[in-house]
Amino acid sequence: MNTRFALEPLGEDAFLLRFGPNIDAATNARVHACAGVLEQHRPSWLIEIVPAFATLAVQVDLNLLAQDEGWRERVQAWLLAHADGEDADATPAPATVHTLPVRYGGEFGPDLDAVARHAGLGPEEVIRRHCAARYQVGMLGFAAGFPYLIGLHESLITPRHATPRTEVMAGSVGIGGEQTGIYPRTGPGGWQIIGRTDARLFDVQREPPALLAAGDVVVFRAVDEYGKPLA
Amino acid sequence: MNMEVLEPGLLTTVQDCGRHGYRHLGVGQSGVLDSFSAAVANILVGNSPGSPLLEMTLRGPVVRFSVPVRIAICGAGIDAHCGDLVLPLWRRIDLAADSTLRFGACRSGARAYLAVNGGFEINPLLGSASTDLRAGFPGLAGRQLLAGDRIRLADGIRPDCAEPRIARSWANPSPELDLKQPALVRLLPGSDQLADGDVLHAAAWTIGSASNRQGLRLSGASLRLRKPREAISEPVMPGTLQLPADGNPILLLADAQTHGGYPRIGHAIRADWPRLAQLRPGERVYFVPCTLEQATNLWRSQQQGLARLAIAVSQADQA
Repeated sequence: MNTRFALEPLGEDAFLLRFGPNIDAATNARVHACAGVLEQHRPSWLIEIVPAFATLAVQVDLNLLAQDEGWRERVQAWLLAHADGEDADATPAPATVHTLPVRYGGEFGPDLDAVARHAGLGPEEVIRRHCAARYQVGMLGFAAGFPYLIGLHESLITPRHATPRTEVMAGSVGIGGEQTGIYPRTGPGGWQIIGRTDARLFDVQREPPALLAAGDVVVFRAVDEYGKPLA
Repeated sequence: MNMEVLEPGLLTTVQDCGRHGYRHLGVGQSGVLDSFSAAVANILVGNSPGSPLLEMTLRGPVVRFSVPVRIAICGAGIDAHCGDLVLPLWRRIDLAADSTLRFGACRSGARAYLAVNGGFEINPLLGSASTDLRAGFPGLAGRQLLAGDRIRLADGIRPDCAEPRIARSWANPSPELDLKQPALVRLLPGSDQLADGDVLHAAAWTIGSASNRQGLRLSGASLRLRKPREAISEPVMPGTLQLPADGNPILLLADAQTHGGYPRIGHAIRADWPRLAQLRPGERVYFVPCTLEQATNLWRSQQQGLARLAIAVSQADQA
């Protein structure tokens, strides 16, 4: 019997596995463990495995399956057997840790002062707390390679801008509600921008193209405008 | 051996059957919005159904081919001329070298497709030649066509003709795609229930002017959820019908973002995506409830229709 997740359709060719109602690191870790198991046993008809905070979507190839009347039941049985099987309990491999240098404040982080005021802290303390956390990549979404990071210090939770900026620079590190994240590409965005990193989050010439994977750990390190670590 | 863009049209992009297997990195599907018309165009010229071709939106481009080409135009009822000659849709057409193909407005529907035998030479990225306008990937440097662009043609049939040669037989898109009929789109249930589910199926939904390849913005009735929930980002797919807080639903199309926080109140079936792709701002769409079994059957029969067309075309070529 399946105890870990609820299964619901997401259109005629996709399924959503729901592991819990909330954004928390433990539920999110179960999503990534399950995604890993499905990936390991991936059949040719499984096109997409898409993790989110508390849910996981899988999309199948109807071209390969739909000739068979009972394909939906067989796919569901396969999902239950693998996503709810023994190996889903196995301890996941240790997460990859990425340390990303960030220039905080000034032209790189135009909203640093606003976040500090909202938190009732000085800008230096905001930087210290933002760098002190180990963040879990909850999911990549919104844009190619955009990481939603879980683990923001409660005092730094800041609402998004009521009106999004039309241009947020590539590499911008932002806070949106209780999440923090990084814009891989220059474009519109509504998060509070507190700094910028030189790390290339997404590069199609690279394999894999995304620097971060869901489930990875991210640590920020404050650097000066020349890229030297701040004391 | 290229196609030169003399005038770009409103929004003309290179698309194929889309980019699959990268949603976990935040990379969407892209690809043709009207997969049926695009497949018919490709099949008529002898390409495989998912080959890269041009998607033209509301008003088409003016293009010139440096070599003789075999083409087909399918989808929206677009004005197309070669010199003084009016070019018909849903037919194979051979053009002489240095022909200029002048597209005008779509008189019905929103998206027309131009396929060329052999196809366009576009380096695929992440497995697809499709233009991803949001991410800035190729097709053509990740953007729409601009005047002065030259797109290389892949090797293909170079018909020997001094003036346009129009095939006598044509592919009838009806009933799969009939732009004269009201747009009835079949909808699977979503995971969020509405306070009054009948309203969704009873109302006439008008296509908003802010609609694009990412989604159709609909208005017609104010919808409320039975149980409002906190917005947590979850995976979404093309076809997903989202309900933002303002009560006006958004129907996601091929350029849909990979994740969304809005409640999901339905899901348009794949067999009806071509009809959705042809809706113009101000036009109306009606939603009809549907089951998963019906959805699969309708999709299968659409695919079988395309397969039969491909066989018929290749047999006619051999005869």
